[in-house]
Amino acid sequence: MLNIGPYSFQSRLFLGTGKYASGEVQNQAVETSETEVLTFAVRRMNIFDDSQPDPFESMDLSGFKLLPNTAGAKTAEEAVRIAKMAQAANMCDMIKVEVIGCDKTLLPDPVETIKATELLLDEGFIVLPYTSDDVVLARHLQELGIHAIMPGASPIGTGLGIINPYNLAHIIEQAEVPVIVDAGIGSPKDASYAMELGADGVLLNTAVSGAGDPVKMAGAMKHAVEAGRLGFEAGRIEKKMYAQASSPVEGMSKL
Amino acid sequence: MKLIINGMTKEIPDNNSNVTLLLNHLQIGQKKAVVERNGNILVKEQHDNEPVKDGDKFEIVHFVGGG
Repeated sequence: MLNIGPYSFQSRLFLGTGKYASGEVQNQAVETSETEVLTFAVRRMNIFDDSQPDPFESMDLSGFKLLPNTAGAKTAEEAVRIAKMAQAANMCDMIKVEVIGCDKTLLPDPVETIKATELLLDEGFIVLPYTSDDVVLARHLQELGIHAIMPGASPIGTGLGIINPYNLAHIIEQAEVPVIVDAGIGSPKDASYAMELGADGVLLNTAVSGAGDPVKMAGAMKHAVEAGRLGFEAGRIEKKMYAQASSPVEGMSKL
Repeated sequence: MKLIINGMTKEIPDNNSNVTLLLNHLQIGQKKAVVERNGNILVKEQHDNEPVKDGDKFEIVHFVGGG
């Protein structure tokens, strides 16, 4: 069971809702993933352009906890405004703080992320900041009273997987709140690895929506997250330099 | 009256005197839209009593797919 703020989740897979080929594929992928948390962005409504339909018109969101993000914000002030707009929809009180500081890497701006996090915690939000894999920054955010931390595995949308497992392991070790590995997950292997490192959950989007068969990949990610978690709980063997036979060395029949 | 809606200047009939009426006029009354009027974010319960006046600046947003 994963607990974030007042909420409890059976599934440790959070799913983004961006870049699906169609609403139908998205609905099927979401269903197959068995996720309980869906992320969203907040954008201007296309009031004067009917050609861009509302992707959620056909989707029943009642069974999900919604986790809107502040994507697009480059300052704390912008992030807080987006969060308040999301909250005004009266559909959620969780917010993924995402303040981007670099257009090329889409890495978060640590200073503005801290500012936005402080302000949103003061406003009573359930705050999940998206951060880099910086161990000290994660600790500072945690000290503010966040409800979960979301370090990136690698830059958003790259699918490069976990490029610094060392940092991630340290973030997980020191964490007193759930660690949701967010961004950069490319394959089930990456999701499973994050969970094996001891992460409490994984948030991914493009790895599913951009896959050859998004619905099948949603199922693969579900199993990967579960397998990784089970592996972590079970406790893996130590790595050794030299081979050790699995079969008994005694009692060999001789010629 | 002239309103600025999502960055576009639009001529809107004067009888759309509150936010609920404005959203209905824009044919988005049934959608889950969040409205900001002149920098103030409104919850749905405020829409009936929130006036709409010439020169007002509106941002009307909603949830879209995102990660």
